[in-house]
Amino acid sequence: MSNLTLEAIELTRLFGGREAVKNVSFHLEKGEVLGFLGPNGAGKSTTMRMLTGNLAPSIGTVKICGIDIIENPKEAKALIGYLPEMRPIYKELTVDEFLTIAARLHRVPSKQIKKAVEIAKEKCGLSHMSKRLIENLSNGYQQRVAIAQAIIHNPLVVILDEPTVGLDPIQIREIRSLIREIGQKHSVILSTHILPEVEMVCDRVQIIDKGNLVFHGSIDELKQHRQGNKLMVGFSKAPTISTLKDIEGVIKVEKAEDRMYRIHFKDKQSPSEAIIKLSVKNRWGLFQIAPDQTSLEDVFVQLTEKKQKN
Amino acid sequence: MILNIARKELKSLFASPMGWTILALLMALLGNFYLTGVNKYFEVMSGAVRPAERVGVTIFVGQTVFGIARYIMLFAVPLLTMRLISEERRNQTLPFLFSAPISLTEIVLGKFVGLIIFLSILIVYIFTMLVTLNIWSDIDFGYLLANSFGLWLLLGSFSALGIYFSSLTKQPIIAAILSFISLFALIFLESMFASDPNHWFAYISLMKHFQSFSRGMIDTSDLIYFFLFISTFLTLTIRRLDAERLRG
Repeated sequence: MSNLTLEAIELTRLFGGREAVKNVSFHLEKGEVLGFLGPNGAGKSTTMRMLTGNLAPSIGTVKICGIDIIENPKEAKALIGYLPEMRPIYKELTVDEFLTIAARLHRVPSKQIKKAVEIAKEKCGLSHMSKRLIENLSNGYQQRVAIAQAIIHNPLVVILDEPTVGLDPIQIREIRSLIREIGQKHSVILSTHILPEVEMVCDRVQIIDKGNLVFHGSIDELKQHRQGNKLMVGFSKAPTISTLKDIEGVIKVEKAEDRMYRIHFKDKQSPSEAIIKLSVKNRWGLFQIAPDQTSLEDVFVQLTEKKQKN
Repeated sequence: MILNIARKELKSLFASPMGWTILALLMALLGNFYLTGVNKYFEVMSGAVRPAERVGVTIFVGQTVFGIARYIMLFAVPLLTMRLISEERRNQTLPFLFSAPISLTEIVLGKFVGLIIFLSILIVYIFTMLVTLNIWSDIDFGYLLANSFGLWLLLGSFSALGIYFSSLTKQPIIAAILSFISLFALIFLESMFASDPNHWFAYISLMKHFQSFSRGMIDTSDLIYFFLFISTFLTLTIRRLDAERLRG
């Protein structure tokens, strides 16, 4: 048996002639956490709504563990837990009441409902809020209730649309470890704006922009994009740029702010040792040398902009 | 599954003061009409000398209560149905139902059944209230049962139409106004065609089909009418929600 838990095949969604999602295909394996990135309006939520059967794709199919969500919606939906962007909670109910209803609607056998509610509450840190009205809970706690709702029936695929919005840093860490925990046994799709979160939690990343998939790969591939072959060097008595350029392996030297230089070099030919030696010999006053990392934000911007130019 | 949705609806109805208030108000109103009915009965009957003018207490009081109940419900049912779907849409809770392993039909039927159970509480209340007449007189149970059943079907039709209008909009108030206006029209269609009672337009009127029940008669053609009315609007609601999934 294959380990595929979710397959999206050539999904396209039109809204009145405008393509919100264009020909997006991807798959998810058991025990994998997939990060879904993209700027606002890129089609993240639309894709997630299609994956969960809330929206019918114009073209393409979604399969959950081999079950087509359009042909057999009930069977397929039973395997999914979904947290939409706007948390779907009934504020007039208490936490226990709401989670019991959620368990019941997701066909948890009636004998196990109580236990399922307890486990979900414990996982999301809600145990001491059982009898409170959801309306009276803080924003972060409401978010926890919404997450609890998505995992209550122990689904194979959990789809979370921006799960950490409105949470405090401690809670964010807890939720991240929860996601990783779920990700070990099941599969998780996670959409977010917070790039470090993706780095910490996800195994694979895909970036969507204007309805197109622009990047799809493991988190290591994304990191490679990020590091690049650059050094940040600081001299108190700097040599001329051309002297630096003559060092072996160096392609380009840029002057950065305040006595700092950015040195681009060829693949696997880091000139750092040579620079240090020369600096000692010629008394350039080297005070800093470090790999120059572009932030994930820059990578993200690069990837989305590259596509636009094409 | 249908019952699970119905339970959820009942829970939210009774979790807010809305359900309790409406129930209490309606009971107070109807109880009041019941009392006036009983008082009036003695007044009128002591004035009626000839035997032909006399009516039984069941019919006299029953007509007062059931007669007014349908007009009161004309206002009450749209207030109850308005929130069923439009409020979920406004609070963005519909994805919760849509992503659960339940079909649209089950969702709509569940909501309908939940409301009917709520309204049945009221009908049972009216019925028991009238049955208390039996303590000092001999009442016609058949007449009461037919009337209650008729009122039940009428409320079912009100609810089905209300749910449909609730599925059309995001604003509960608009849903309430729309369903009130159309129910009002459906009820008074008959009086508009009073000169020609056999016109097909008059035949659509809800009240025309309630009349045989209020005489104590259960007519299968009226049963079919109510059944069709309810299933039409529930189907339209399901179609409407399905269209949302398809068109977005």
